[in-house]
Amino acid sequence: MSTLPEPPGGAAALPEPPLAPSPYSVVARTADTVDTATLVLRPLATDACPPFRPGQFNMVSLLGRGEAAISISGDPDRRGELVHTIRTAGLATQALAAAAPGATVAVRGPYGIGWPIERARGKDVIVIAGGLGLAPLRPLLYELLRHRDRFGRLEVIYGARTPGDLVYYAELQSWRTRTDARFQVTVDAAGREWYGDVGLVTLRIPDARFDGPNAVAYLCGPEIMMRFAAEALEARGVRREEIWVSLERNMKCGIGQCGHCQLGPYLLCRDGPVLGYREVGPLLRVRGL
Amino acid sequence: MDRPALQGPGGPHPDVGRRSVLGRADFSRLLASIRTAGYRIVGPTVRDGAIVYGPIEAESDLPVGWTDRQEAGTYRLERRADGALFGYNVGPHSWKKYLFPSRERLFTAHRKGASFSIDAEPADDAPTAYLGVRACEVAAIRIQDRVFVGGAAVDPGYAARRRRVLLIAVQCAQAGGTCFCVSMGTGPGVTDGFDLALTERIEGDRHEFLVEVGSERGAQVLVGVPLRPADADDVAAMVATVDRTARSMGRTLDQNGIHDLLLGRLDDPEWEKVGERCLACTNCTMACPTCFCHSTEEVPNLDASQVERWRRWDSCFNLGFSELHTGSVRTTIPSRYRQWMTHKLASWFDQFGSSGCVGCGRCITWCPVGIDLTAEVRAIRSNAAAGRPPAAGGSG
Repeated sequence: MSTLPEPPGGAAALPEPPLAPSPYSVVARTADTVDTATLVLRPLATDACPPFRPGQFNMVSLLGRGEAAISISGDPDRRGELVHTIRTAGLATQALAAAAPGATVAVRGPYGIGWPIERARGKDVIVIAGGLGLAPLRPLLYELLRHRDRFGRLEVIYGARTPGDLVYYAELQSWRTRTDARFQVTVDAAGREWYGDVGLVTLRIPDARFDGPNAVAYLCGPEIMMRFAAEALEARGVRREEIWVSLERNMKCGIGQCGHCQLGPYLLCRDGPVLGYREVGPLLRVRGL
Repeated sequence: MDRPALQGPGGPHPDVGRRSVLGRADFSRLLASIRTAGYRIVGPTVRDGAIVYGPIEAESDLPVGWTDRQEAGTYRLERRADGALFGYNVGPHSWKKYLFPSRERLFTAHRKGASFSIDAEPADDAPTAYLGVRACEVAAIRIQDRVFVGGAAVDPGYAARRRRVLLIAVQCAQAGGTCFCVSMGTGPGVTDGFDLALTERIEGDRHEFLVEVGSERGAQVLVGVPLRPADADDVAAMVATVDRTARSMGRTLDQNGIHDLLLGRLDDPEWEKVGERCLACTNCTMACPTCFCHSTEEVPNLDASQVERWRRWDSCFNLGFSELHTGSVRTTIPSRYRQWMTHKLASWFDQFGSSGCVGCGRCITWCPVGIDLTAEVRAIRSNAAAGRPPAAGGSG
């Protein structure tokens, strides 16, 4: 073997495995809906969590039960904890959503490109979320509210199927008391106990308070919701290149190598999950892409 | 990782580019020298009616005197009239089975109280000589290099194996029925990215190999192997061989404007038509030397005190490949065929800077119903030229 010349780059040590997770401990669990829970995690191997940008995601696993891509939902300034809101979909998320305080969770990341928050400086901001789509937008909201003076009006429209499907319910209550931002919450269907709005989020857009040509919009929710919301925003004069969407696809690696998260030319884990509506809008209209 | 030519302090190794001739009788001396230098050898061998890649202990393990006949959905081995060592084209295997194994453990996690620790997988970096790598396969390896070690994240297992490869290329002396490397600009001549390149020459009683040195490590394994310097006739014969192969390609694929053509025809009626024939069996993606899609799974021991994470090849033709909480994104076979072909021939450029196709023809040969992607491209091109409208309801 000593006769083998070293390849280009010499005998440099190989890189650390990018796929190795770190241990975290569940310190709190809140049931948001019947199938969705929010976990607060603390790192066990380090003092602080790796820094993240709003809109990024982690690969999370209750070891032995499989891994899932989960967006980060906490405050980027609170480096001591990591917050994930997890909906039960398959075996991996079922195990995670049921994880009790004290459980050990394996986390790697953060991955992906987050919300281009700097584009909103000096402009009106519209945040539109559908269902669990509020989860990757919450870190953005923390940033926007923390630096409230850097932006114009802040208009948040959040919709869910029923009142029971709203996540971060207590926080929504407190946000709705703010005078420096308007939070509209609407549901598709509700019983008599609900005295909020009923109807699609898109119906709230025509009367929302923002100056379209001078606004930036951040959207996350079902693709069909984002399409119609984007159209309603454009009808209000929002420029297509100022509409940003966070997309979801199956992900196995998070580093652009497993091929699962393709949407046309994009690898969502690497090029997204946040992408410009100008680029992906046409792709969202193609069925089965 | 586009590998530049190996350079010493004073530029390329003086032997790089040197051409010599190895007699057939001394071929085993080359194998012995490779082994003495510390490499195990893998290469083509006959198994189960096909030429596949496996360990090469002696030159008799090579498909001596065999050739293959390939057409859409057809692969047959036949005897040659001569004793050529490399008188065939590529079979169902590709080198990705070594560099990117179909199953690979990524790490093992050991629970320790409330926490766990990670044991990285020890790198399997045994020096390995790949004997008989065709031009299209050199191109395919470089395409997978860009996926696994060319981006921001480097796959440690792939990198460890890749850096220990002695790549011995062979220039094809004949084209197969499903070959179209000329269209893809990847062959049949091997121009770079090799340690040694062989061209087999059989004329009458003459049976020898022109050997070109591509790197310092290639030059090293030639030390002690009986060679004579190549003369102008040897080089002319090599050029003629490659030219003859280039002129006899079994297939062509018009690459002109293919990125915009395919991505602009996502609603082409051809997707529905080919989807009626496609079985979604995943053969094309398994045989493809560049398809890299994979899945991961976690394997716990009985008390879950130890959990292994494995990755295995996956295919965009599987229903579960695109699964989300709402179900699969690509529920229909036409949408999955469209994903595979547009990725391979078009969006690969956006993602990794080149086509994902090298023109090896494996997906055509090994398709059980004989779907030919070169014919599919022609059909879509002709629909585009005719301004044919999309199928009702679009594809997918």
